[in-house]
Amino acid sequence: MEALYHASPFTGYVYPNETIIPWTVMIVIYPYMTGLVAGAFSVSSLYHVFGMEKFKPVARFALLTALCFMLFVPMTLLLHLGQPQRAFNAMITPHLTSAFAAFGYFAAFYAVLLMLETWFAFREDNVIRARNSTGLVRSFYRAITLWSDDISEKARSYDHKWMLTLAIVGIPSAHGLHGYVGFVFGSLKSREWWGSDMMPVIFLFSAIISGIAVLIVLYTLVCKVRKTPIDHACVRGMGGALWGFLMFTLLLEGLEFANVVYKGKEGIEIIMEYVTGPLFYRYFVFQFAVGAVVPIIILGLMFARDVRGKAFLVGAVISSLLVLMNVFLMRWNVVIGGQEIAKTMRGLVYYHDPGGREGLAAALAVLSGPFILLAILTRVMPPWKEMTEKG
Amino acid sequence: MKRKPKGGDIKSGRRAFLRGFGKALASVSALMIGGAGLLGKKGTSDAAVIKPEIPPIPDYDWTEHDWGYGIDATRCIGCLRCVEACKAENGVAPTAHHFRTWVERYVWLEGEERPLVDSQSDPGNIAASGSQKEYRFDNRYQDKKIDKAFFVPKICNHCRHPSCVQVCPTGATFKTEDGAVLIDHDYCIGCQYCVQACPYGARFFDPADQVTEKCTWCYHRITKGLQPACVEVCPVGARIFGDMNNEASDISKFLRENRVQVLKPETGNAPTCFYIGLDKEVS
Repeated sequence: MEALYHASPFTGYVYPNETIIPWTVMIVIYPYMTGLVAGAFSVSSLYHVFGMEKFKPVARFALLTALCFMLFVPMTLLLHLGQPQRAFNAMITPHLTSAFAAFGYFAAFYAVLLMLETWFAFREDNVIRARNSTGLVRSFYRAITLWSDDISEKARSYDHKWMLTLAIVGIPSAHGLHGYVGFVFGSLKSREWWGSDMMPVIFLFSAIISGIAVLIVLYTLVCKVRKTPIDHACVRGMGGALWGFLMFTLLLEGLEFANVVYKGKEGIEIIMEYVTGPLFYRYFVFQFAVGAVVPIIILGLMFARDVRGKAFLVGAVISSLLVLMNVFLMRWNVVIGGQEIAKTMRGLVYYHDPGGREGLAAALAVLSGPFILLAILTRVMPPWKEMTEKG
Repeated sequence: MKRKPKGGDIKSGRRAFLRGFGKALASVSALMIGGAGLLGKKGTSDAAVIKPEIPPIPDYDWTEHDWGYGIDATRCIGCLRCVEACKAENGVAPTAHHFRTWVERYVWLEGEERPLVDSQSDPGNIAASGSQKEYRFDNRYQDKKIDKAFFVPKICNHCRHPSCVQVCPTGATFKTEDGAVLIDHDYCIGCQYCVQACPYGARFFDPADQVTEKCTWCYHRITKGLQPACVEVCPVGARIFGDMNNEASDISKFLRENRVQVLKPETGNAPTCFYIGLDKEVS
């Protein structure tokens, strides 16, 4: 007998074509990364739009972080596509009833917006750098300022006006982009685990918490590596925002699950078998308990007891790492989880790593891309000025 | 995994048609960008809005036909000739995980409230056939006491409101004027959103061509007046195909003389694949 085709194992009855899981870990990190973009952009906007001074130290850094993640988002989809060279078909001839068709436009618009805002945010720095350097370095900085050299009071106020406008447009765009990713899943009637009106909202809130969390971690890391003082008011501000949004996110996710269980529609038996079986640890234990309840308790206790300084920082970083795990698991449990419950509602499929361009190793490589790019970009355009002047 | 070469006389017509359709779709869609918004359109109704030029199939006018498919589950004996004929006719990947059509077996053991279900993809059945290219049901129930048992053939439902067409980002999958849901393999980007959206599991990703695949009702045959391969080979007449516009056709007779059902009507997909002899447990 010939070897079995590279398919996923299953229990119960699943449709024959379901034994190969269509969407892999690439489609897990796709919403994970767009979520980090939306979340980081939100933090940046808290300063740029709402003028909350305590977020000033990370505002420009958040912008760079969002940009780096955004530039790698299309990579996840391109690696997933069977015919990536035809990807632009979706933009050249978009089929307008498809939730996917708009992605190219949304993503491109938002990426341009992010680049523009970054350009304005760093223009003055880059002009000064160009002026203070010679040779190739000078030419490089002249080029990235697009040969603008005016940093007069008037020009700078013009920059600020643009940045404010872009940030204001950016808030609905970033959240629209990510809410739309939730719609991609929530609008499908073929899967009980996905087809929910709450999906876009859940995606959005989990995006915000992941963005705040990644900034807390990166900001702390940057300060430690660069040996610069940490602005504790800023960390406290981010910690507070994380705490609040995290409680809301957990509530939404809990409500969503309660709805599925309480409605108990056809096939609820297989959903219960799934969540109490293969999904138990990665859903109840790690996503909900360790990834959400524990950080809520840590942050809550720290605020209740008015913990400050280094102790708060440690608590906030631990909570942030847990939240990053929580959101990753949420994406995994939605994307992979939805496909592990067969459409027959009579069986379960078990995801296994297909390897290659859609495998776990490729996903980790793509996921590390934004961090590497960020390390390079912060050397080209250091966002540290605000971090050190306040510290 | 040697694949049957695609193309040839029968297929060249379909290919040319698909190519022509793709071009027409491209230009029409480009015009639509300016006009219609994503939210301005309801459901898949735009599938009818896209009016491509008449496909260049000799002596065939797709506006004159409305194809329909009938399945009499009470007749099916689970011989799986249909599955093998389909694979051979359409060059479907010769594995136990890629099917344009398949057959399900429902068995209620004595005293059991819910049935045991399997298809030719079940590891036990693959082992029984000894090959991933030949299909059969094993004799696992030989020594068991059985209350009730039957087979249900499954196929793409060629829905009136296909969710696969709705979600396709490029329009590579589309509804034809004569009722079939087809895929332009030269235009599909392989995102598999349609695979997810289909409530029936009728679509799969072709491992060789890296695009989505599904039943076409043997479109290259039906446009020449032939029956789909699965209908042609069925030894018991469990599969019925024909033009619903023609009162004398097998399918019109089938629909007139029987009280038919469709699978998962709650999805609103409105299949044009009609069943008799289903059970509440079949979905």
